[in-house]
Amino acid sequence: MSRKPFVRPVSKTGWYFKHPRYLRYMSREVTCIFIGALALLMVVALERLSQGPAVFDSFLAALTGPWSTLGLLLILVFAVHNATSWFNVTPKALPVQLGEEFLAGKYIVGAHYVVWGLTTLAVLWFAGVV
Amino acid sequence: MKERMVQLEVMRYNPEVDAEPHFQHYEVMCQEEWVVLDALNAIKESIDPTLSYRWSCHMAVCGSCGMMINGEPKLSCHAFLRHYEGVIRVEPLANFPIERDLVTVADDFMDKLKRVKPYLIPKDEKSLEQGEYKQTPAQLMKYRQFSMCINCMLCYAACPEYALQPQFIGPAAITLAHRYNQDSRDGGRLARQEVIATNEGVWECSFVGACSEVCPKAVDPAGALQQVKVASTLDWFKEHLIPGGEPK
Repeated sequence: MSRKPFVRPVSKTGWYFKHPRYLRYMSREVTCIFIGALALLMVVALERLSQGPAVFDSFLAALTGPWSTLGLLLILVFAVHNATSWFNVTPKALPVQLGEEFLAGKYIVGAHYVVWGLTTLAVLWFAGVV
Repeated sequence: MKERMVQLEVMRYNPEVDAEPHFQHYEVMCQEEWVVLDALNAIKESIDPTLSYRWSCHMAVCGSCGMMINGEPKLSCHAFLRHYEGVIRVEPLANFPIERDLVTVADDFMDKLKRVKPYLIPKDEKSLEQGEYKQTPAQLMKYRQFSMCINCMLCYAACPEYALQPQFIGPAAITLAHRYNQDSRDGGRLARQEVIATNEGVWECSFVGACSEVCPKAVDPAGALQQVKVASTLDWFKEHLIPGGEPK
Protein backbone atom coordinates (compact mmCIF):
# COMPACT_ATOMS: atom_id res chain seq x y z
CA MET A 1 0.00 0.00 0.00
CA SER A 2 1.53 3.32 -1.04
CA ARG A 3 1.36 6.43 1.13
CA LYS A 4 -0.07 9.66 -0.26
CA PRO A 5 -0.33 12.15 2.62
CA PHE A 6 -2.54 15.13 1.82
CA VAL A 7 -1.18 18.58 2.73
CA ARG A 8 -3.92 21.13 3.35
CA PRO A 9 -3.26 24.57 1.85
CA VAL A 10 -2.54 27.45 4.24
CA SER A 11 -3.57 31.01 3.39
CA LYS A 12 -0.51 33.26 3.70
CA THR A 13 -2.62 36.42 3.91
CA GLY A 14 -5.96 35.61 5.51
CA TRP A 15 -5.00 33.15 8.26
CA TYR A 16 -5.66 35.63 11.06
CA PHE A 17 -9.38 35.70 10.21
CA LYS A 18 -9.67 32.01 11.11
CA HIS A 19 -9.89 32.52 14.87
CA PRO A 20 -10.53 35.47 17.25
CA ARG A 21 -7.24 34.74 19.06
CA TYR A 22 -5.32 35.35 15.83
CA LEU A 23 -7.15 38.65 15.30
CA ARG A 24 -6.32 39.63 18.88
CA TYR A 25 -2.66 38.90 18.14
CA MET A 26 -2.76 40.94 14.92
CA SER A 27 -4.40 43.86 16.74
CA ARG A 28 -1.34 43.94 19.02
CA GLU A 29 1.13 43.61 16.15
CA VAL A 30 -0.53 46.28 13.97
CA THR A 31 -0.08 48.84 16.75
CA CYS A 32 3.65 48.85 15.99
CA ILE A 33 2.88 50.91 12.85
CA PHE A 34 1.54 53.69 15.07
CA ILE A 35 4.48 53.35 17.49
CA GLY A 36 6.77 53.65 14.45
CA ALA A 37 4.87 56.77 13.32
CA LEU A 38 5.38 58.33 16.77
CA ALA A 39 9.11 57.51 16.64
CA LEU A 40 9.35 59.20 13.23
CA LEU A 41 7.50 62.24 14.57
CA MET A 42 10.02 62.47 17.41
CA VAL A 43 12.92 62.35 14.93
CA VAL A 44 11.32 65.16 12.91
CA ALA A 45 10.74 67.11 16.14
CA LEU A 46 14.46 66.81 17.02
CA GLU A 47 15.42 67.97 13.55
CA ARG A 48 13.10 71.02 13.84
CA LEU A 49 14.48 71.77 17.31
CA SER A 50 18.01 71.83 15.90
CA GLN A 51 16.87 74.50 13.43
CA GLY A 52 16.07 76.99 16.17
CA PRO A 53 13.18 78.10 18.39
CA ALA A 54 11.14 79.76 15.63
CA VAL A 55 11.11 76.62 13.44
CA PHE A 56 10.30 74.43 16.43
CA ASP A 57 7.42 76.69 17.55
CA SER A 58 5.85 76.58 14.08
CA PHE A 59 6.25 72.77 14.11
CA LEU A 60 4.42 72.62 17.45
CA ALA A 61 1.72 74.95 16.13
CA ALA A 62 1.20 72.63 13.15
CA LEU A 63 0.62 69.75 15.56
CA THR A 64 -2.34 71.53 17.17
CA GLY A 65 -4.46 71.36 14.00
CA PRO A 66 -7.53 69.06 13.99
CA TRP A 67 -5.95 66.37 11.78
CA SER A 68 -2.74 66.35 13.79
CA THR A 69 -4.72 66.12 17.02
CA LEU A 70 -6.74 63.22 15.63
CA GLY A 71 -3.54 61.49 14.50
CA LEU A 72 -1.90 61.98 17.91
CA LEU A 73 -5.02 60.66 19.66
CA LEU A 74 -4.97 57.57 17.45
CA ILE A 75 -1.28 57.05 18.23
CA LEU A 76 -2.04 57.40 21.95
CA VAL A 77 -4.86 54.81 21.81
CA PHE A 78 -2.74 52.29 19.88
CA ALA A 79 0.35 52.94 22.04
CA VAL A 80 -1.71 52.24 25.17
CA HIS A 81 -3.10 49.06 23.59
CA ASN A 82 0.43 47.97 22.63
CA ALA A 83 1.81 48.66 26.10
CA THR A 84 -1.04 47.03 28.04
CA SER A 85 -1.17 43.92 25.85
CA TRP A 86 2.57 43.40 26.41
CA PHE A 87 2.35 44.16 30.15
CA ASN A 88 -0.39 41.56 30.52
CA VAL A 89 1.79 38.74 29.15
CA THR A 90 4.98 39.59 31.11
CA PRO A 91 4.41 36.88 33.77
CA LYS A 92 4.98 34.29 31.04
CA ALA A 93 8.42 35.65 30.17
CA LEU A 94 9.49 36.71 33.66
CA PRO A 95 8.25 34.19 36.23
CA VAL A 96 9.43 34.90 39.77
CA GLN A 97 10.01 31.75 41.83
CA LEU A 98 9.87 32.10 45.62
CA GLY A 99 10.92 28.77 47.11
CA GLU A 100 8.46 26.15 45.89
CA GLU A 101 5.88 28.71 44.74
CA PHE A 102 5.69 31.24 41.94
CA LEU A 103 4.71 34.87 42.52
CA ALA A 104 1.16 35.47 41.21
CA GLY A 105 1.17 37.02 37.74
CA LYS A 106 -0.93 40.00 38.88
CA TYR A 107 2.02 41.34 40.93
CA ILE A 108 4.39 41.16 37.95
CA VAL A 109 1.83 42.86 35.67
CA GLY A 110 1.01 45.38 38.42
CA ALA A 111 4.70 46.28 38.85
CA HIS A 112 4.85 47.21 35.16
CA TYR A 113 1.85 49.53 35.53
CA VAL A 114 3.41 51.15 38.62
CA VAL A 115 6.72 51.77 36.79
CA TRP A 116 4.76 53.08 33.78
CA GLY A 117 2.79 55.49 35.98
CA LEU A 118 5.91 56.74 37.80
CA THR A 119 7.81 57.20 34.51
CA THR A 120 4.88 59.18 33.06
CA LEU A 121 4.78 61.39 36.15
CA ALA A 122 8.56 61.94 35.92
CA VAL A 123 8.30 62.96 32.24
CA LEU A 124 5.39 65.33 33.00
CA TRP A 125 7.40 66.79 35.90
CA PHE A 126 10.43 67.43 33.67
CA ALA A 127 8.11 69.01 31.09
CA GLY A 128 6.75 71.31 33.78
CA VAL A 129 3.17 70.01 33.46
CA VAL A 130 2.88 68.76 37.06
CA MET B 1 -29.38 7.01 31.25
CA LYS B 2 -30.02 10.11 29.09
CA GLU B 3 -29.35 9.71 25.37
CA ARG B 4 -29.50 12.06 22.40
CA MET B 5 -28.93 11.85 18.67
CA VAL B 6 -25.66 13.58 17.77
CA GLN B 7 -24.73 14.72 14.27
CA LEU B 8 -21.11 14.75 13.22
CA GLU B 9 -19.39 15.92 10.05
CA VAL B 10 -16.17 13.97 9.87
CA MET B 11 -13.36 14.68 7.43
CA ARG B 12 -12.57 11.58 5.37
CA TYR B 13 -9.56 10.93 3.17
CA ASN B 14 -8.66 7.62 1.59
CA PRO B 15 -5.26 8.02 -0.13
CA GLU B 16 -5.99 5.08 -2.41
CA VAL B 17 -9.15 6.61 -3.84
CA ASP B 18 -9.51 10.31 -2.97
CA ALA B 19 -7.71 13.22 -4.63
CA GLU B 20 -8.56 15.40 -1.62
CA PRO B 21 -10.44 15.13 1.70
CA HIS B 22 -14.21 15.51 1.96
CA PHE B 23 -16.75 15.56 4.79
CA GLN B 24 -19.05 12.67 5.66
CA HIS B 25 -22.20 13.16 7.73
CA TYR B 26 -23.06 10.74 10.55
CA GLU B 27 -25.91 10.57 13.03
CA VAL B 28 -25.26 8.46 16.10
CA MET B 29 -27.14 7.89 19.37
CA CYS B 30 -24.91 9.03 22.24
CA GLN B 31 -25.13 9.05 26.00
CA GLU B 32 -25.12 12.39 27.79
CA GLU B 33 -21.71 11.90 29.43
CA TRP B 34 -19.92 10.80 26.26
CA VAL B 35 -17.03 12.61 24.65
CA VAL B 36 -16.40 13.05 20.92
CA LEU B 37 -14.09 10.02 20.97
CA ASP B 38 -16.99 7.87 22.25
CA ALA B 39 -19.16 9.09 19.37
CA LEU B 40 -16.40 8.17 16.88
CA ASN B 41 -16.06 4.74 18.50
CA ALA B 42 -19.85 4.25 18.21
CA ILE B 43 -19.69 5.19 14.51
CA LYS B 44 -16.81 2.78 13.92
CA GLU B 45 -18.53 -0.07 15.79
CA SER B 46 -22.04 0.26 14.38
CA ILE B 47 -22.08 2.47 11.27
CA ASP B 48 -18.77 2.68 9.43
CA PRO B 49 -15.84 0.38 10.34
CA THR B 50 -13.58 2.08 7.76
CA LEU B 51 -13.27 5.31 9.78
CA SER B 52 -9.63 5.75 10.91
CA TYR B 53 -8.39 7.75 13.89
CA ARG B 54 -5.83 7.39 16.67
CA TRP B 55 -6.64 6.90 20.33
CA SER B 56 -5.42 4.88 23.26
CA CYS B 57 -5.98 5.84 26.90
CA HIS B 58 -9.31 7.73 26.82
CA MET B 59 -8.15 9.80 29.82
CA ALA B 60 -6.07 12.71 28.45
CA VAL B 61 -2.75 11.04 29.22
CA CYS B 62 -1.48 9.38 26.04
CA GLY B 63 -1.92 12.44 23.79
CA SER B 64 -2.85 10.45 20.69
CA CYS B 65 -6.49 11.49 20.05
CA GLY B 66 -5.90 15.16 19.15
CA MET B 67 -8.30 16.47 16.47
CA MET B 68 -9.84 19.72 15.28
CA ILE B 69 -13.32 19.84 16.82
CA ASN B 70 -15.37 22.72 15.45
CA GLY B 71 -12.08 24.29 14.33
CA GLU B 72 -10.41 24.08 17.74
CA PRO B 73 -7.51 21.70 18.53
CA LYS B 74 -8.83 19.33 21.24
CA LEU B 75 -8.20 15.91 22.71
CA SER B 76 -11.31 14.07 21.51
CA CYS B 77 -11.36 12.12 24.81
CA HIS B 78 -11.64 15.44 26.63
CA ALA B 79 -14.29 17.08 24.43
CA PHE B 80 -17.67 16.43 26.05
CA LEU B 81 -20.62 16.19 23.65
CA ARG B 82 -22.80 18.16 26.10
CA HIS B 83 -20.64 21.23 25.39
CA TYR B 84 -21.58 21.22 21.70
CA GLU B 85 -24.82 22.07 19.92
CA GLY B 86 -25.81 21.25 16.36
CA VAL B 87 -23.51 19.48 13.95
CA ILE B 88 -20.03 18.79 15.36
CA ARG B 89 -17.31 19.13 12.74
CA VAL B 90 -14.34 16.80 13.29
CA GLU B 91 -11.13 17.21 11.26
CA PRO B 92 -7.57 15.91 11.57
CA LEU B 93 -5.15 18.13 13.53
CA ALA B 94 -4.39 21.26 11.50
CA ASN B 95 -0.88 21.96 10.15
CA PHE B 96 -0.02 18.26 9.71
CA PRO B 97 -0.39 16.23 6.51
CA ILE B 98 -3.35 13.81 6.52
CA GLU B 99 -2.38 10.14 6.33
CA ARG B 100 -5.97 8.85 6.27
CA ASP B 101 -9.27 10.22 7.64
CA LEU B 102 -8.42 11.72 11.06
CA VAL B 103 -4.91 10.26 11.21
CA THR B 104 -2.10 12.76 10.61
CA VAL B 105 1.57 12.31 9.75
CA ALA B 106 3.55 13.15 12.89
CA ASP B 107 7.05 12.50 11.46
CA ASP B 108 8.04 16.19 11.41
CA PHE B 109 7.25 16.62 15.12
CA MET B 110 9.04 13.38 16.03
CA ASP B 111 12.18 14.50 14.15
CA LYS B 112 12.14 17.89 15.88
CA LEU B 113 11.61 16.28 19.25
CA LYS B 114 14.76 14.17 18.74
CA ARG B 115 16.77 17.22 17.66
CA VAL B 116 16.24 19.07 20.96
CA LYS B 117 17.68 16.17 23.03
CA PRO B 118 14.65 15.77 25.33
CA TYR B 119 16.40 13.75 27.99
CA LEU B 120 18.61 14.34 30.98
CA ILE B 121 22.27 14.90 30.10
CA PRO B 122 23.85 14.67 33.59
CA LYS B 123 26.01 17.61 34.63
CA ASP B 124 28.24 15.27 36.60
CA GLU B 125 28.32 11.63 35.58
CA LYS B 126 27.86 9.36 38.59
CA SER B 127 28.38 5.66 38.94
CA LEU B 128 25.55 3.53 40.34
CA GLU B 129 27.51 3.18 43.60
CA GLN B 130 27.54 6.98 44.03
CA GLY B 131 23.76 6.99 44.29
CA GLU B 132 20.93 8.97 42.76
CA TYR B 133 20.88 12.55 41.46
CA LYS B 134 19.12 14.43 44.25
CA GLN B 135 16.93 17.48 43.86
CA THR B 136 15.07 19.79 46.26
CA PRO B 137 11.30 20.41 45.86
CA ALA B 138 12.08 24.01 44.79
CA GLN B 139 14.45 22.74 42.06
CA LEU B 140 11.70 20.38 40.89
CA MET B 141 9.09 23.16 40.77
CA LYS B 142 11.33 25.19 38.44
CA TYR B 143 10.55 22.81 35.54
CA ARG B 144 7.62 20.66 36.77
CA GLN B 145 4.96 22.49 34.75
CA PHE B 146 6.92 21.96 31.52
CA SER B 147 7.33 18.24 32.23
CA MET B 148 3.55 17.73 32.00
CA CYS B 149 3.58 17.75 28.16
CA ILE B 150 1.97 14.65 26.65
CA ASN B 151 3.18 15.34 23.08
CA CYS B 152 -0.40 15.63 21.80
CA MET B 153 0.64 18.26 19.20
CA LEU B 154 -2.42 20.46 19.81
CA CYS B 155 -0.02 23.38 20.22
CA TYR B 156 1.36 22.81 16.72
CA ALA B 157 -2.18 22.70 15.31
CA ALA B 158 -2.93 26.07 16.96
CA CYS B 159 0.35 27.78 16.01
CA PRO B 160 0.08 30.01 12.92
CA GLU B 161 3.87 30.37 12.82
CA TYR B 162 4.24 26.60 12.37
CA ALA B 163 1.52 26.68 9.69
CA LEU B 164 3.37 29.40 7.75
CA GLN B 165 6.97 28.34 8.51
CA PRO B 166 7.03 24.53 8.87
CA GLN B 167 10.77 24.60 9.62
CA PHE B 168 9.89 26.18 13.04
CA ILE B 169 10.96 23.71 15.77
CA GLY B 170 7.66 24.56 17.44
CA PRO B 171 6.11 24.93 20.90
CA ALA B 172 6.18 21.43 22.42
CA ALA B 173 9.73 20.51 21.35
CA ILE B 174 11.21 23.82 22.55
CA THR B 175 9.23 23.58 25.79
CA LEU B 176 10.65 20.14 26.43
CA ALA B 177 14.17 21.44 25.75
CA HIS B 178 13.48 24.23 28.26
CA ARG B 179 12.21 21.66 30.76
CA TYR B 180 15.61 19.90 30.72
CA ASN B 181 17.55 23.18 30.61
CA GLN B 182 15.77 24.19 33.84
CA ASP B 183 16.61 20.90 35.56
CA SER B 184 19.32 21.31 38.23
CA ARG B 185 20.73 17.85 37.37
CA ASP B 186 21.15 18.64 33.66
CA GLY B 187 24.25 19.86 31.84
CA GLY B 188 23.07 19.74 28.24
CA ARG B 189 21.88 23.33 27.74
CA LEU B 190 24.66 24.38 25.35
CA ALA B 191 23.91 21.45 23.03
CA ARG B 192 20.17 22.25 23.04
CA GLN B 193 20.78 25.99 22.52
CA GLU B 194 22.38 25.16 19.15
CA VAL B 195 18.96 23.91 18.07
CA ILE B 196 16.48 26.12 19.90
CA ALA B 197 18.23 29.54 20.11
CA THR B 198 18.15 29.89 16.33
CA ASN B 199 15.96 31.40 13.62
CA GLU B 200 14.17 28.06 13.28
CA GLY B 201 13.89 27.89 17.06
CA VAL B 202 12.51 30.49 19.46
CA TRP B 203 13.18 33.43 17.14
CA GLU B 204 10.53 32.12 14.74
CA CYS B 205 7.98 32.52 17.55
CA SER B 206 6.15 35.85 17.51
CA PHE B 207 4.23 35.13 20.72
CA VAL B 208 0.72 34.58 19.39
CA GLY B 209 0.09 32.57 22.57
CA ALA B 210 -2.36 30.15 20.91
CA CYS B 211 -0.25 27.14 22.02
CA SER B 212 -0.87 27.90 25.69
CA GLU B 213 -4.58 28.54 25.13
CA VAL B 214 -5.17 25.07 23.62
CA CYS B 215 -2.77 23.05 25.81
CA PRO B 216 -4.86 20.39 27.63
CA LYS B 217 -2.27 20.02 30.42
CA ALA B 218 -1.69 23.74 31.18
CA VAL B 219 1.99 23.39 30.25
CA ASP B 220 2.14 26.99 28.94
CA PRO B 221 4.49 26.48 25.98
CA ALA B 222 4.27 30.19 25.12
CA GLY B 223 5.74 30.96 28.53
CA ALA B 224 8.57 28.46 28.03
CA LEU B 225 9.46 29.96 24.64
CA GLN B 226 9.55 33.53 25.98
CA GLN B 227 11.79 32.37 28.86
CA VAL B 228 14.15 30.77 26.33
CA LYS B 229 14.21 34.08 24.43
CA VAL B 230 15.10 36.01 27.60
CA ALA B 231 17.84 33.50 28.56
CA SER B 232 19.27 33.48 25.00
CA THR B 233 19.33 37.28 24.91
CA LEU B 234 21.17 37.38 28.23
CA ASP B 235 23.65 34.83 26.79
CA TRP B 236 24.29 37.18 23.85
CA PHE B 237 24.91 40.19 26.11
CA LYS B 238 27.21 38.20 28.39
CA GLU B 239 29.15 36.84 25.43
CA HIS B 240 29.59 40.23 23.72
CA LEU B 241 29.89 42.63 26.66
CA ILE B 242 31.62 40.65 29.41
CA PRO B 243 35.15 39.31 28.84
CA GLY B 244 35.05 35.54 29.29
CA GLY B 245 31.24 35.67 29.49
CA GLU B 246 30.63 32.93 26.95
CA PRO B 247 27.94 30.49 28.13
CA LYS B 248 29.48 27.37 29.64
